[in-house]
Amino acid sequence: MEILRILISELPQFAKGTLVALEVLAGLLIVGLVLGLAIALAEIFGNTLIKFLATTLRKFLWAIPQLVLLFLVFYLPFDLNRMLAAIIALGLCSSAFQSQIFRGAILSIQSGQLEAAKAMGLSKPKIIFYIVIPQMIRLSIGPWTNEFSSELKDTSLAYVVGVVEIMRNAKYIIAYTYGNTAAVYLFVGILYFTLTRIGTSFFYRLEERLWVPGFEKRSG
Amino acid sequence: MSTILEVKHLTKKFDDNEVLKDVSFELKKGETLAVIGSSGSGKSTLLRCLNHLSPPDSGQILLEGVNINTPEIDINSIRADMGFVFQDFNLFTHLNILENVMFGPLRVRGLSKKQARQIAAAEIKRVGMIDKIDSYPAQLSGGQQQRISIARALALKPKLILFDEPTSALDPELTGEVLSVMTALANEGMTAIVVTHEMGFARSVADKVIFIDQGLIVEQGEPKIMFATPRHERTRLFLSNFVRLE
Repeated sequence: MEILRILISELPQFAKGTLVALEVLAGLLIVGLVLGLAIALAEIFGNTLIKFLATTLRKFLWAIPQLVLLFLVFYLPFDLNRMLAAIIALGLCSSAFQSQIFRGAILSIQSGQLEAAKAMGLSKPKIIFYIVIPQMIRLSIGPWTNEFSSELKDTSLAYVVGVVEIMRNAKYIIAYTYGNTAAVYLFVGILYFTLTRIGTSFFYRLEERLWVPGFEKRSG
Repeated sequence: MSTILEVKHLTKKFDDNEVLKDVSFELKKGETLAVIGSSGSGKSTLLRCLNHLSPPDSGQILLEGVNINTPEIDINSIRADMGFVFQDFNLFTHLNILENVMFGPLRVRGLSKKQARQIAAAEIKRVGMIDKIDSYPAQLSGGQQQRISIARALALKPKLILFDEPTSALDPELTGEVLSVMTALANEGMTAIVVTHEMGFARSVADKVIFIDQGLIVEQGEPKIMFATPRHERTRLFLSNFVRLE
């Protein structure tokens, strides 16, 4: 099996590509989380203007295909390196989705608890910090894990702007060997599957850890 | 006894609906005031106006002589001085019982963790729940949750506590355990305003009763006198429902 030998000899390259993919993933998730949380808080607690701006931004980011946003950011008239461009573009996309995860979680917190905090004399920022965010985190981990695995797969899009990640590794091997295309993609598929499983099981465990009675629990 | 709260000509409208029309009353330190009346009479709104959960439209609320119904007042510091107990408890579900009661001293009063824990433990003990200190709200019965929410209000060391139908979500047995905590507080000299349908409590524990109907105080006075000889026809009618039930 010639292709096995090639894949094995390319393992160091795949390791590098995987590392790059994980860096892109971490970067875009952080961009998406910060911006997504800001959008969610603005949509719920902001005044009319802030609410409007946040909703409009979210709708735009939601509606633009990731590929379009990738090229758009990459070809902006200032010098962005490829990886940073991918992180920003995919992160912007993710923020729209993450904002709705957080928004849903926040809205499912019983409003009476927020009123109780208010009646105790707590300021709005403190209510958000001590009551809303801690409950939101617990309620978001499940859907957020979904977003995580979807974004892990979407890091493969970064190859279109020349980021040397897993897909780029695969393209390279396909280009210099012949007739092994399916085998290479099968290998790449297994690689993504493994990464997704490791990642999601980490978040399941985190959810388990942060669980307290009264919050919904994943069954098994 | 000194006057702790004086309410003068308080009004509140929701759109065109006048929920409170010119409400005035006084409360002395250590007194328990029961506010009774049928549903929709404005009694819960009155309570929510006092700490500006629903800001009143006009009138004065004098807390220890200082009008707090002005825009200049720091409403958060006033709220911290007026405990509020809700009908449906509203405990913080992500915090355990100790953390719930520590929350006020720690996050509102800015005390140290150690001080907050001491205060919280004492208040939890006071409502007879010290064995549940590590439980979460979802693991407690409604009556237990309400006792903890009373402890949470007490932990702020408020000047008075406002109870908004604290037993309306509870069955008779659980109502009993909450009322006995409230009775003990009243006997210890806690100042409280209690919006309630528990006529037994109003009659035997309260120092003073206000009967409110359609946003107006129809009658106020000593409970034993009011329950025995209501002066107004509306009060008599309202109270007769309860007499019949007993």
